[in-house]
Amino acid sequence: MTLIELQRDMRAWLVRDDAAAGRRFGADAGPGLRVYQNNYRAQLVACLEDSFARTRDWIGEEAFHHAIVAHVERVPPSSWTLDAYPRDFPATLALLYPDDPDVAELGWIECALGEAFVGPNAPAVAADGLGAIDWDRAVLHFTPTLDLGPLSTNVAVIWTALAVAEMPPAVELLPEPGAILVWRQDLVSRFRAIDQIEQQALLAARAGLSFANLCEAMVAAHGQEDGIARAGQLLGQWLADGLITDVEERPLSR
Amino acid sequence: MVAPFAGYGLGLRKPHYAEFLEHRIAVDFVEVISENFMVDGGRPRMLLRDVRSRYPVALHGVSMSIGSADELDGAYLARLRALIDEIEPLFVSDHLSWTRIEGFSSHDLLPLPYTGEALDLVCANIDRAQDALGQAMLIENPSTYINLTPAEMSEWQFLDAMCARTGCGLLLDVNNVFVSATNHGFDAIAYLDGVPHDRVRQVHLAGHSQGKELLIDTHDQPVPASVWDLYAHVMPLLGPVATMIERDDDIPPLSDLLAELSVARRIGGRTMRRAA
Repeated sequence: MTLIELQRDMRAWLVRDDAAAGRRFGADAGPGLRVYQNNYRAQLVACLEDSFARTRDWIGEEAFHHAIVAHVERVPPSSWTLDAYPRDFPATLALLYPDDPDVAELGWIECALGEAFVGPNAPAVAADGLGAIDWDRAVLHFTPTLDLGPLSTNVAVIWTALAVAEMPPAVELLPEPGAILVWRQDLVSRFRAIDQIEQQALLAARAGLSFANLCEAMVAAHGQEDGIARAGQLLGQWLADGLITDVEERPLSR
Repeated sequence: MVAPFAGYGLGLRKPHYAEFLEHRIAVDFVEVISENFMVDGGRPRMLLRDVRSRYPVALHGVSMSIGSADELDGAYLARLRALIDEIEPLFVSDHLSWTRIEGFSSHDLLPLPYTGEALDLVCANIDRAQDALGQAMLIENPSTYINLTPAEMSEWQFLDAMCARTGCGLLLDVNNVFVSATNHGFDAIAYLDGVPHDRVRQVHLAGHSQGKELLIDTHDQPVPASVWDLYAHVMPLLGPVATMIERDDDIPPLSDLLAELSVARRIGGRTMRRAA
């Protein structure tokens, strides 16, 4: 057996419990193969347990165990880092709980908080240093740890209650879908639920839309007074959250 | 080049972070798992910089997959190189094992057959890694649970040839020798006598557990008498070599690990006196 054949057989044994592949390691290899398989599964289970403590609290120990077993069977790890393994677990939760979007949304929050925790450093700008900015030419740059996930339920308040070991509220569908915003401020991962207006504004601003054009879009959608006020509120909130890492003044284009 | 004796250290684990940062702990170095800090930013990287400002740091990897029949992962090497450049570690090590094949990562150290084909591949991978990292690596002997046959050489012969061909050093894990010797029925003393002593730069000491059918390298127990005996046997052969206690699970109070380390200092000290 060549080295590549041996390594393919070991993968087949670990991932699929492939008995034929296991037998090719020899008649005496059974106990050792079981040790490797147990180590492999135990690593992945521990990784998911560490990463999704609130989700486990929410759906219960038995259901959570069923979910991680299903995930380990469905998604073999592909990255050199175990930090990457939780990324696909919310998708597994969505498959297992198609009528309970709160479960996958809770999982997504936990996963995104973990990713933000080790994301790139990017110091936020201080609001009091922006007095001289020409806002007609301003383009906002956001922290690379910013992430947005879908939100259809009150899972943000459920997460907060679970985090402090309080009784969470019953799950409720939101009147209209919004988004969960996750980022890291200094060294602390944070999240908050946002509405569609802020979600669209964030997506547009992060894609490079100037603040002036953002204001125009808000005015078009909400009228002169409310549009300008809302754009100002969003800018103030983003600065306070530490989401903005630079305000670039670009030349005016005609 | 003269081997850098670096004293006696501990594996740095999360429950002890605060103590290492708030007090001057009586260790000569600490060792961290490289992958835990090969991140873009945030608290882990900041913590490692703080630790490095107080203690020499050895980087010990688990995911290079030096025995992969695939090529090494270039992105992994680039991240490790960036960490090395920032931390300026005492040693950079990984294992004689494989974890990755064709897009699959096992996150467990899997065994290699001791064949000429595997030796050629491991040596080519170590050459590439050492080029990418800009320094010699240490390769650790693994604990293994199956005998991949037909072996063309013993594990220590494989390590000897690997070191000779690549210029890498050895991280000799005495507990791994005991575990593999027990599981496969070879003589641990013959192993320790057979490894290239002049290549050993670092020694790991750890504990293990008895599984249903085999000894398991769990690192969740104190160093047992059987491992101390092997350490006492090999140290006069090695001369002064950096030694550390590696505990990964059921982490005890730091004082317990320092007490174990004092045993290593006592045994190693005898070697130092003999060498003097």
